[in-house]
Amino acid sequence: MIEMKLEVNGREEQWQVEPGETLLEALRRHHYKGPKLVCGTGDCCACTVVIGNKSVCACCLPALKADGQEVTTVEGLAEEGDLHPLQTAFIESAASQCGFCTPGFLMRSYSFLKNRNPAILPTEGEVRKALAGNICRCTGYVKPVEAVLKTALVLKEKASRENG
Amino acid sequence: MDNVITAEAGLPGGNEPLSVVGTSAGRVDGRGLVTGAPVYTVDYEMPNMLHARILRSPHAHARVLKVDASKALALKGVQKVLWWKDVPQIPHSTSGVPHPEPAPYDTCALNSTVRYKGEPVALVAAENEPLAEKALKLIEVEYEILPAVFDPAEAIKPGAPQLHHQVKMEPGFKMIYDPEHNIAAHGEYEFGDVEAAFGEADFVIERHYETPTMCHCALEPHASLAFLDAYDRLNVVTSTQVPFHVRRQLARALDLPLRRIRIAKPRVGGGFGGKQEMVLEPLAAALALATRRPVRLVLPRNEEFAASRVRHASSITLRAGITREGQITALEMKALTNTGAYASHSDTVAHAIGHKTLGLYKARAYRYLGQAVYTNRPVAGAFRGYGATQGYFALESFIDELAFELKMDPLAFRRLNHTGKGGYDPMDYHEGLNGLEPGRSITSSALPECLDVGAKLIGWDEPRPANEGPIKRGFGMAICMQGSGVANRELGGATLKLNDDGSFNLLTGATDIGQGSDTVLSQIAAEALGVSIENILLASADTDLAVMDYGAYASSTTYITGMGVKKAAEDARRQILEVAAEMCETDPANLTIKNNEICGPYGKTGLTVSDVAYETLYGTKNRTQIIGKGDAISTESPPPFFAQFVELEVDTETGLVTLLRSVNVLDLGKAVNPALASGQVEGAVTMGFGYALTEELRFDDSGTVRNAGFVDYKVFSPLDMPQMQTVLIEDPEPTGPYGLKSAGEVGINGPAPAIANAIFNATGLRLRNLPMTPVRVLEGLETIANQPDLSR
Repeated sequence: MIEMKLEVNGREEQWQVEPGETLLEALRRHHYKGPKLVCGTGDCCACTVVIGNKSVCACCLPALKADGQEVTTVEGLAEEGDLHPLQTAFIESAASQCGFCTPGFLMRSYSFLKNRNPAILPTEGEVRKALAGNICRCTGYVKPVEAVLKTALVLKEKASRENG
Repeated sequence: MDNVITAEAGLPGGNEPLSVVGTSAGRVDGRGLVTGAPVYTVDYEMPNMLHARILRSPHAHARVLKVDASKALALKGVQKVLWWKDVPQIPHSTSGVPHPEPAPYDTCALNSTVRYKGEPVALVAAENEPLAEKALKLIEVEYEILPAVFDPAEAIKPGAPQLHHQVKMEPGFKMIYDPEHNIAAHGEYEFGDVEAAFGEADFVIERHYETPTMCHCALEPHASLAFLDAYDRLNVVTSTQVPFHVRRQLARALDLPLRRIRIAKPRVGGGFGGKQEMVLEPLAAALALATRRPVRLVLPRNEEFAASRVRHASSITLRAGITREGQITALEMKALTNTGAYASHSDTVAHAIGHKTLGLYKARAYRYLGQAVYTNRPVAGAFRGYGATQGYFALESFIDELAFELKMDPLAFRRLNHTGKGGYDPMDYHEGLNGLEPGRSITSSALPECLDVGAKLIGWDEPRPANEGPIKRGFGMAICMQGSGVANRELGGATLKLNDDGSFNLLTGATDIGQGSDTVLSQIAAEALGVSIENILLASADTDLAVMDYGAYASSTTYITGMGVKKAAEDARRQILEVAAEMCETDPANLTIKNNEICGPYGKTGLTVSDVAYETLYGTKNRTQIIGKGDAISTESPPPFFAQFVELEVDTETGLVTLLRSVNVLDLGKAVNPALASGQVEGAVTMGFGYALTEELRFDDSGTVRNAGFVDYKVFSPLDMPQMQTVLIEDPEPTGPYGLKSAGEVGINGPAPAIANAIFNATGLRLRNLPMTPVRVLEGLETIANQPDLSR
């Protein structure tokens, strides 16, 4: 076992991990059950978390690589119980069916939108490209893509209010 | 929602305005899903819980002579290893259908003869999962290898390895149809004078189609957590579509009294039929009973692909008689399916391929023969569409081929021959008192409107491009129907209990597996009660709490359980109004509930539902428990109708097919929740795209799966999607609650034939094998370039 320290959703964590343990295994072992194990090979993105500003597949990342990092999981998206606009849009657009891929879609979309200038709305093609690695077996992607586009609009309006 | 079109003005005999049904209410579980709440079986943990893994057979067919687990058990933390000698050897069926299952009891919890590569041989329970995995490698097994057979056409030949001996069954159950020829199930049905109808035809045309093994790929794997509770009862929290069938089958498989078992389904991360089956429950339960500790068993993804359940691969031959004017006189279909190692759903699927499809067209006579064959492949089970998907690929490709032979527009040919409202579907036969009895009346259909709307949106009648370059543009279409539950063979229901604040606990055994039934059933309850949806607190599904419900399959839940929920709500509403009438000193007939308030002929009475609740629970005069009960028993199975249109491009240099546009038009009677209903269509159609173009579980010559992962088993990604347009058409179904029919499955049947027809339209190449991969397109184009006369 090796000791590591990291911040998960703003909370300081001190973990003992096995050398080969993935970040996903470590997160789920420490009761962060939002990120999901689906493929274990980085081919579906259901385990996506955000480290710093970058989304990664936690199922393929050794936990130790997150030592000293700030990790955000889907549990950290809402602030003090207030849903993030992405979460609201996913509910309003009926973008979750079984919901098992939803944490991955949310976190990938979150980092995609976070790393953009909110004043410039993404095209549908850009959203699809950003989500290219995320597999959903229920929705046919229509409503998740719609939800991300709706969120971009909300974030743009929010940014222009804050700037104006 | 702007994608809902009402075909007719409301239900016959009343057209009350609706306030909850018909709205795109957000999912009742929406917040939990988007915040990553730990709500799935794989998220559940218990103190002292053990982790289980399965040792699987490396042979396609073998006797398990001996299992030596001494080395595995010597590992610290490995608590138990079980093999077939340690579990009851009681044959049963795992197919999640009502008793008596139309399936031979041909499997045990662990079998002494394994019949496919990957069949469970031994079970391990250890303190953690890596340890359990390590233990697997230390178990020594002695096998006697037996000859294997993989192809149904080979398996039915004399001299092929025989997979099963005849089973002993009680009267009323199905035997194996012909064990010596590995025929698990056989379905045969004829309507009208077939030979005479062929005799009346000007042309008789025959074609052959093949469909592949498809995987469900629910993102949540199969998972079960079994434990003994304070009453020493066996509890299983499990990812299932059929909690009540699992309870009954688990009792048999492990020789336990049914009353000792409690099954609870939390959120389920997708099913698609793969969880209409008892898969892991007996294995986790056997370990929990043996260790008296909680045991969780979760399938790794590669095992989910290679050793859970698949869609039956099939070979289908169609023959039709047609007149010069374009009338179909006779339709004949023969289907051979690969059911794999065990019969499971083989009988019902073998019937369904013809039974759910042929009646879409008005022929004078029909003949159907379906057979399911045992092979040493993974077990085929239920899969969204349930045989209809295979059948419609063949039928709807064939219909285009017939239209081509007649030089008719495929849409016009369909308009001439499809069934409709007031029609009769003789092929929807069912087991009656005198054997198989025909058919269903079609009491609602907006198929003509579906065709009009779809044709307009795709631009069917507009001028087509010239197609001069290497990239050819094509248009294709298909129509299909499904059922809404199974006629005469469904049971659902609900109870509804009034709480002291005017809210209601809605208890039902219906299983939300992602399709949104918790939300839709809450909407129906709220509508029928006259209260807002926040006042409906739905709990599902727990076999201890809910009345019996057959579960989520056969497109049944909204239609069947919806009926039960509506009745339960009406029952509770009647009781509430009786108390309210006493409180207002009036007759209950004068009162109604609107927006949580008790209203009389002149408007609000000033009383609310919560006032009545208070009176019944704490008052002095009318203390009583208000509980509404509703049964739903099906007599009909009204078909939803679906029209699929696609536009695509075929790159004739690479063979790649690119979908450009998909127009999906569904007649669902009434959309209880248009957003959720559209989502069902979009999801089903997308699965259909995969079935058409990319998805096939492949095996090597020894029966090993070659593509047990998402890299090599390709499902559609956001980038593969065409522009998609979904329209819902409402033509109220008289037998459905609020006029509704089903929506969950029918959409998966459209894409494969529509895409095949569009490829033909683009290139002149007729592909009759799925999936239509670039290799198949290129090989096909080469063939027709060399032999233009054989191209069609």
